[in-house]
Amino acid sequence: MSVITYRDAVSSVLREALDEDERVFLMGEDIGPYGGAFAVTKGFWEKYGQRRIKDSPLAESVIVGAGVGAAMAGLRPVVELMTINFSLLAMDQIVNHAAKIRYMSGGQFSIPLIIRTVTGAGASVGATHSQSFEGWYASVPGLTVVTPSTPRDVIGLFRSCRELNDPVMFVEHILLYGTRGEAPDSGDFRIPIGQADLRRTGGDITLCGYSRMALVAEQAAEILAREGIEADVIDLRCLRPLDMDTVVASVKKTHRALMVEETTRLGGFAGELVSQVQEEAFEYLDAPVGRVAGAEVPMPYSFPLEQLAIPSAESVAAAARKLVNGV
Amino acid sequence: MLKADVPELNKSDLLGFYRQMKLIREFERESERQYTRGNIKGFLHVYNGEEAIAVGAINTLRPDDYIVTHYRDHGQALARGMTSNEVMAELMGKATGCSKGKGGSMHLFSSDLNFMGGYAIVGGQLCIAAGLALAVQYRGDDQVVLCFFGDGAVNEGEFHEAMNLAAIWNLPVIFFCEHNLYGMGASSKETLVMWDSLHEMAAAYGMSRYEVDGNDVLEVRTLMQKINAEVRAGSGPAFVVARTYRLRGHSVADPADYRPQDEVSYWAGQDPIPRYRDWLTDEGIATVEDFEEIDASVDEEVVVAAEFGESSPWPESASLYDDVYTDRPTEGIPA
Ligand SMILES: Cc1ncc(C[n+]2csc(CCOP(=O)(O)OP(=O)(O)O)c2C)c(N)n1
Ligand SMILES: [Mg+2]
Repeated sequence: MSVITYRDAVSSVLREALDEDERVFLMGEDIGPYGGAFAVTKGFWEKYGQRRIKDSPLAESVIVGAGVGAAMAGLRPVVELMTINFSLLAMDQIVNHAAKIRYMSGGQFSIPLIIRTVTGAGASVGATHSQSFEGWYASVPGLTVVTPSTPRDVIGLFRSCRELNDPVMFVEHILLYGTRGEAPDSGDFRIPIGQADLRRTGGDITLCGYSRMALVAEQAAEILAREGIEADVIDLRCLRPLDMDTVVASVKKTHRALMVEETTRLGGFAGELVSQVQEEAFEYLDAPVGRVAGAEVPMPYSFPLEQLAIPSAESVAAAARKLVNGV
Repeated sequence: MLKADVPELNKSDLLGFYRQMKLIREFERESERQYTRGNIKGFLHVYNGEEAIAVGAINTLRPDDYIVTHYRDHGQALARGMTSNEVMAELMGKATGCSKGKGGSMHLFSSDLNFMGGYAIVGGQLCIAAGLALAVQYRGDDQVVLCFFGDGAVNEGEFHEAMNLAAIWNLPVIFFCEHNLYGMGASSKETLVMWDSLHEMAAAYGMSRYEVDGNDVLEVRTLMQKINAEVRAGSGPAFVVARTYRLRGHSVADPADYRPQDEVSYWAGQDPIPRYRDWLTDEGIATVEDFEEIDASVDEEVVVAAEFGESSPWPESASLYDDVYTDRPTEGIPA
């Protein structure tokens, strides 16, 4: 086991894909000599050349659309949308085309396309650059939405995504690139798509999140443990398909649940989690299922305000405490 | 054009074009009838008046070339060789349709024919066409991609994104605009600055550009043969604007009363099918008997297609969840 950064993990699985499969090429803005907005593809252009590493124009729709077309013709493109905020300009290709061509063609065409993008708040880049739309994409049948939170998960999930034949939104988190974690040694290591990760066990409450919020939930569990409250912490890892079995099994044990996510509460993905828990485990619940989510504001730039708008270990612990103790 | 201008075409080729155009026209007449009877639902965009484009252009392609088009796609599908039966059944939402009834009129696909789909979000298919061409280039193959769209699509941002990408990467794609002077109900004279010299928009991308009489099947064919050869040889993308007119409304629901009568009359006189028929007659290539024979066989094919569609089964309820994903069933997944 070696310890690597999340960024290194992404780079390594991309290199692996390029080395193993001639049908794989990368395409995106500034991924060439510049090395990518988050330095994920540094050195790629020099190593693999222009044919495999395509520096595209600033044109999100055609980045994804050309990926769709190339995938229909039998290649396995991995395209990069610099951040999920810019994915809105490619929404037509992602939602109307990539996700639907297989179904609308009666199964004649598959779209083995991986769309890598970057989500999340907390980087002091203001309202237009701090959004978390992965939950929106999770509402689209035909897409697979993956949200790794650790280097290990990046590696295991990306390898599994490459084995799918359908479009994937592979959503990395802007604040996680510099985080470190253990990397699996084996090239065979995979994490099945649609399998949540029980990251910590405890009998008093279930804390459930994804992407960076899974880590925040884990930190909250540490705070709670010092007070004698033990939490199950679940990292969903995939939003579609969604592993509710793991969540429901945990809630049946703990009788309380708190869902944590970065995006706003109204229309957020956590509402779906709450709904499914009450459908599947209503009679096991000792308290209403809670949510901690982003504030209902465009993300402010100013650091202290921004911190107020994003769930923190403290705010998650406080909400959990309230569910467990009733105060 | 004279017969001598197309020496490579024999009588059977030339009558073949006539039959295809006639088939498309009669197929559309029948689909309108079936729509009125309630056997076809939703949107139905017929191709009447534009047949010379699909027939002229598609007949210049190789079987391994790719076609991408928009929602007004029955004509291109038939010209590419999809059967009247499978297209009609798809329009009716039947299990025997080309896409098992999952796509409908606006989303025809055939993997066997590299017919990569009808796309109903205006402009989206241009980006996909660029990607198909990218795959051809990536593999070092020599197919071309033919991408159809309307004059309305030129206003979409995706037009610009795809044109620029194709040009900067020298992709083997032909962007083919069916310029019928209207989007849905709005005249392109009111919405598109370059409406009267639309092909010149490609100048901004340094792209080869052409304008052609879209109601003349042989003109379209001759031009497309030249362009295909160039694009196949690596010239990079091309932009073709075919001037044409739809003889019916935008969709079956549209009475098309927003169009000036003199304009409608002018274009009725440009109907590509009588024009071509007259040409075949004047050049001494075909006789009244030839046409009668073809027309009768077309009528029969269309009637058979309608019967095939009507008598075909609906998709099984269990197929609702098929083909959302390639490798896994959707059913049973809570999401
Ligand atoms: C992005 C988008 N906007 C609007 C529509 C609704 N719509 C469907 S067809 C059409 C007109 C398109 O005109 P044109 O591209 O000229 O094609 P034509 O129908 O004339 O062949 C419109 C507005 C749509 N399908 N997609
Ligand atoms: Mg038009």
